[in-house]
Amino acid sequence: MGSPRVVVGMSGGVDSSVTAALLKEQGYQVIGMTLRLWSEEHLGLDNRCCTTDAVGDARSIAGQLQIPHYTVDAKQIFHETVVSAFIEGYQKGITPNPCLTCNRHIRWGFMYQRARALGADYMATGHYARLRENRNGKVQLLKGVDPDKDQSYVLYMLSQDDLRHTLLPLGDYTKYEVRKMAEEFQLPAAHRPDSQDLCFLGGDDYRDFLLRNQPTVHHPGPILDTEGEKLGEHQGLAFFTIGQRKGLGISPPRPHYVLGKDPERNALLVGTRDELGQSSLQARDVHWVSGSAPEAPLKAEIKIRYTAPAREGVVTPQPDQKAKVQFPEPLRDITPGQAAVFYQGEICLGGGIIQGTSP
Amino acid sequence: MSDVYLDHAATTPVDEKVLKAMQPYFGDIFGNPSSVHTFGQRADAALQKARRSMAGTFGCQPKEVIFTSCGSESDNLALRGAALAARDQGKGNHILISGVEHHAVTHTAQQLERLFGFDLECIPVDRYGGVNPDSVAERIRPDTILVSIIHANNEIGTLNPISEISTLCRERDVLIHTDAVQGAAHFPLKMDDLKVDMLSIGAHKFYGPKGVGALYVREGTPLIPVQTGGSQEFGKRAATENLPLIVGMAKALQMVHEEADQRLKNTQKLRDRVISNVLGAIPDSTLTGHPERRLPNHASFAFQGLDGNLLVSALDVEGFACSSGSACKTGNPEPSSVLLSMGFDRGWAKGSLRVTVGKDTHQKDVDVFLDVLPVVVKRLRELT
Repeated sequence: MGSPRVVVGMSGGVDSSVTAALLKEQGYQVIGMTLRLWSEEHLGLDNRCCTTDAVGDARSIAGQLQIPHYTVDAKQIFHETVVSAFIEGYQKGITPNPCLTCNRHIRWGFMYQRARALGADYMATGHYARLRENRNGKVQLLKGVDPDKDQSYVLYMLSQDDLRHTLLPLGDYTKYEVRKMAEEFQLPAAHRPDSQDLCFLGGDDYRDFLLRNQPTVHHPGPILDTEGEKLGEHQGLAFFTIGQRKGLGISPPRPHYVLGKDPERNALLVGTRDELGQSSLQARDVHWVSGSAPEAPLKAEIKIRYTAPAREGVVTPQPDQKAKVQFPEPLRDITPGQAAVFYQGEICLGGGIIQGTSP
Repeated sequence: MSDVYLDHAATTPVDEKVLKAMQPYFGDIFGNPSSVHTFGQRADAALQKARRSMAGTFGCQPKEVIFTSCGSESDNLALRGAALAARDQGKGNHILISGVEHHAVTHTAQQLERLFGFDLECIPVDRYGGVNPDSVAERIRPDTILVSIIHANNEIGTLNPISEISTLCRERDVLIHTDAVQGAAHFPLKMDDLKVDMLSIGAHKFYGPKGVGALYVREGTPLIPVQTGGSQEFGKRAATENLPLIVGMAKALQMVHEEADQRLKNTQKLRDRVISNVLGAIPDSTLTGHPERRLPNHASFAFQGLDGNLLVSALDVEGFACSSGSACKTGNPEPSSVLLSMGFDRGWAKGSLRVTVGKDTHQKDVDVFLDVLPVVVKRLRELT
């Protein structure tokens, strides 16, 4: 009694298990919580984050660490927010990032509420990012020290209140070190491989998932080049991503890439490699970690997707939670629906959802 | 994380006297009761002594006590064994159960329906989760072979009028089974009073060990063994007898009968304290199950708009182990089917809480619990 109480989101995997073990070692009163998320159960597919096995693993790891563990059902809200937005986004011709929706609405929404209901002072996850309080009392979100694992990109939307009640103990370590610690703590998940797929696809291709859950994504339309000339036909905009070259089913003299989508004409826009670059983007729903937008344009490094390297550019805040980002050189594969996240060095300033681009 | 255990309907700790009674049978007296030699004979003597002791408390013949591995197995043997015996003898096809049976009965009956073609009918319950004998009587048909009605429901604690139901079943020459896993932990049950043909119990609900139970089977009741092999248990259940646990169960049951009055007094007082305090202190709360005709240690509630699983988790963090009707370690959010069958809507049925005190529960622990519960309920209602 007396020590701060923290709820750790546990998936049964190595990162969240080490998170729980570390916090316990640091003297926190640690409680494990596993969310049961939605999956296409009728197909026998399990949500990767919370298969029956994963829930069992989390419970047994909690038992090993001698911390209490509770499973909370979040199927309905996960489907209503994350899965619906994913399907809807593809229908609108964008490429949504469901992990961002999940962090905002499920982890730091639904789960945080339940952590509070258990009387917790903090919620912790196994994300590779760091938090630091600056002199003005604001909490800063920093990149994780492992450049290959940094996950600050998926946390840019957290508010000051969220951050003040969040612990991210893995940000100070590399994945290698975390695996070592898992071995030292004798956690059975130490050698479990990382997974990159979206949890609710259960290892399935997202196109098949969309066809099953929203058959209208099969919607043939023209493939147009930048001159407006029809080069062929596509089976649905949802099946393509920006920058994609293979599988277009056309054979022009030079390789063509997906440049964009025009939902109004249901057209897939393609072009040559040198037409791929875009030198500015527009972002919506922009969130600034400090809680307020800067007053003037600022130089920053921008990541346009989770796995992309940060590129220098200028971010200009605009009214209505918007921002414009300009790059000195055209950048390829800027994809509407993904997030543009702004950094200065190790500090994550904020980010927004990419709405459009211009050459 | 809990320190205070208020979940005695889930299981109970093994009583020290029970533990002591079992000990020799893990050591010196280890023989197989079926063996010819003296080791076996000693074990067999202990087995028969335990059986006689159980029969004494039940007021039945020793050969009417069949040892099993748990209450669920007893239910399985009763339903499947009686149904298959009826099938074997070319009798009828109709099975009646209530809407508030334990899964061990419901799922067994459903399997008999799905795989063996039995005609299963479910008797609706009243708003207290009780079974009206008239509802049973009006559903019995010429081809009815078996009625199974729970003695006291585990989730809401309501007691059913088993002897009345048995009487009307006997008048109509229909077998009657009752799952008395909860009730046997509190009442000195006598088979002649209850007049049932079969009755299931599990030792761990009354301070006996886990992994052992019994099925009372009235002499002459047709029953086909579910577990086949040796001729143990009068050919009704094959397996080398689990002697230490059987001895422990007999001791624990004997203690229920000896201490019933005293235990009842203690638990009932605490139960009533819990019920009146909770209903008084927490808005939008209601007692589930019958206000008087309920298990003496059992208080169960529904709270509107609450998630029962989360409530149980939050109480655990505060140091109190309770359960929820829909409680499930995997976080299954489905509201309790028992509460739904009693007419509660989903907004109430999801928010259930069960508090079951034990023979050694202290009033001061209950009082701290009663201070904490309203605070936790308020916090959950504000946050979720």
